[in-house]
Amino acid sequence: MTFTIPIENGNGVKNAEADSQRTLYPYVTGTSVVAIKYKDGILMASDMGGSYGSTLRYKNIERMKAIGKHSLLGASGEISDFQEILRYLDELMLNDNMWDDGNSLGPKEVHNYLTRVMYNRRNKFNPLWNTLVLGGVKNGEKYLGMVSMIGVSFEDNHVATGFGNHLARPILRDEWREDLSFEEGVKLLEKCMRVLLYRDRSAINKLQIAKMTEEGVTVSEPYSLKTFWDFKAFTNPTVGAEGSW
Amino acid sequence: KKKKERSLNRVFFFFFFLLNIFLLFFKLEELHHEIDSTNFCMFLIFLFSSNNSLVSRLLLLLKISQKSALLSRRKREEEDEEEEAKMFRNQYDTDVTTWSPTGRLFQVEYAMEAVKQGSAAIGLRSRSHVVLACVNKAQSELSSHQRKIFKVDDHIGVAIAGLTADGRVLSRYMRSESINHSFTYESPLPVGRLVVHLADKAQVCTQRSWKRPYGVGLLVGGLDESGAHLYYNCPSGNYFEYQAFAIGSRSQAAKTYLERRFESFGDSSREDLIKDAILAVRETLQGETLKSSLCTVSILGVDEPFHFLDQEAIQKVIDTFEKVPEEDEGEGEADEGEAEAAAAAPAEQGGGAGAGDQDVAPMEM
Repeated sequence: MTFTIPIENGNGVKNAEADSQRTLYPYVTGTSVVAIKYKDGILMASDMGGSYGSTLRYKNIERMKAIGKHSLLGASGEISDFQEILRYLDELMLNDNMWDDGNSLGPKEVHNYLTRVMYNRRNKFNPLWNTLVLGGVKNGEKYLGMVSMIGVSFEDNHVATGFGNHLARPILRDEWREDLSFEEGVKLLEKCMRVLLYRDRSAINKLQIAKMTEEGVTVSEPYSLKTFWDFKAFTNPTVGAEGSW
Repeated sequence: KKKKERSLNRVFFFFFFLLNIFLLFFKLEELHHEIDSTNFCMFLIFLFSSNNSLVSRLLLLLKISQKSALLSRRKREEEDEEEEAKMFRNQYDTDVTTWSPTGRLFQVEYAMEAVKQGSAAIGLRSRSHVVLACVNKAQSELSSHQRKIFKVDDHIGVAIAGLTADGRVLSRYMRSESINHSFTYESPLPVGRLVVHLADKAQVCTQRSWKRPYGVGLLVGGLDESGAHLYYNCPSGNYFEYQAFAIGSRSQAAKTYLERRFESFGDSSREDLIKDAILAVRETLQGETLKSSLCTVSILGVDEPFHFLDQEAIQKVIDTFEKVPEEDEGEGEADEGEAEAAAAAPAEQGGGAGAGDQDVAPMEM
């Protein structure tokens, strides 16, 4: 990605070349990621879809990746930007490993590094069009945080991106507890993902759940949720109000 | 008449005898002239003497003492010459980028000599704490003492010896590195990585013809994931990790003290570590009474950010082992063996008396 210096004339129009280098809108996007802290670490769930506008074009995209020994990154938004971020983190982790001195970058450090990257890109009007979820466990301490494409970052016990913010977080606010077991955590996440599947048009019924504990990261094989479409409200949506939809 | 003559002769005789002794043992710098004058005196004694056997015995005694004085003087001169030869008399020491035929970079070695001229700095560590201490040497009674210990971050401190200006610049660099890391990663920079950055920076100066090596040795103490660490950074670009170390003038005395005690430092309590540091500082003072105004002590630990100990705290520790200043030689805590080691140290350091002031001499130049 070449960085051309924008030329400013009277009405603030910038160099045409610079324009084509900046991200103006996303093309291939992933939908929400939901993550919670549980007893032993972090659980994160996302589906495997990549939408091209309103078309559900790609159905095998892994939107969660392990970073080093201690962290797990999930992303929604532009897939190509997510891959770019993975390249940055790869370089970061490589240099960290080359020190070979018993110190390693943990989830907090990676989260802050990503915050800096996202914020600096936003300042240059060339954002990485992603909302990132960063979770990890290091030395027994669980960490879960989020960074948005404009550099807003925070930590919480449960986070979600995109539509998940509106549909999943209310469920999590009600039902999340400090000492969820693994099975309970998975059930809770599946509940959130099911709601998203029903209501988010860019969600597909093929999801992965990733688990991050002190021992390491495991990303599950893709699987589908059982759905039930025979709710009365679904079968006969206009009962009581003929003509509406 | 003969009696008068004899007594007069005796007077002259003893006078020249005493003069000879005086010249021999008290005017040691002008040995060359001394030999001439003693020879002259001997001749005069012989001339004025009347009692031959006594004279001959005394002449023999004089000759022996003269020869031994000459020999010891020569030996000292030789030593000085050797040192001089090592330091100044070679053609490979003008440039830092010139190797000597024996594979040495003399400019780098001279830079390490500059470290030895600075006043002493001492560091020691346990598993969880690092203590840095230094001797406060002031340029004159009117001025304040030089700052030799700097805080780099809450979890890293550095003590310097040598050209304090270079030390200040390097501390600024360390602070900058540390704060940049904190900003990007919201997490403290592991001290092991900081010393590598420092060492690389120092190495650059040993490989550019338009630069000179930094003339300062740094004792860096700090924390990382595995606990507390103490490192020593040389002007040569090398760094070593230590359990305890001392640098600067008269540091050999402190090192000897630390060598005896270092095995226990790992599990030392915080208070014991401070006491050991102050005792090590006392070793470098060599007989001077230890007062809290003479030393600066700083500490950092796993749950303790870097900070200086104030004068009262230091004085309290001093009071525990130094009840009466003159008695400290007899105290159980003081290691008597240090007296010999301390005496040997000045010769090694190339002049202990003036060395403390070298810390400030470069500024004067």
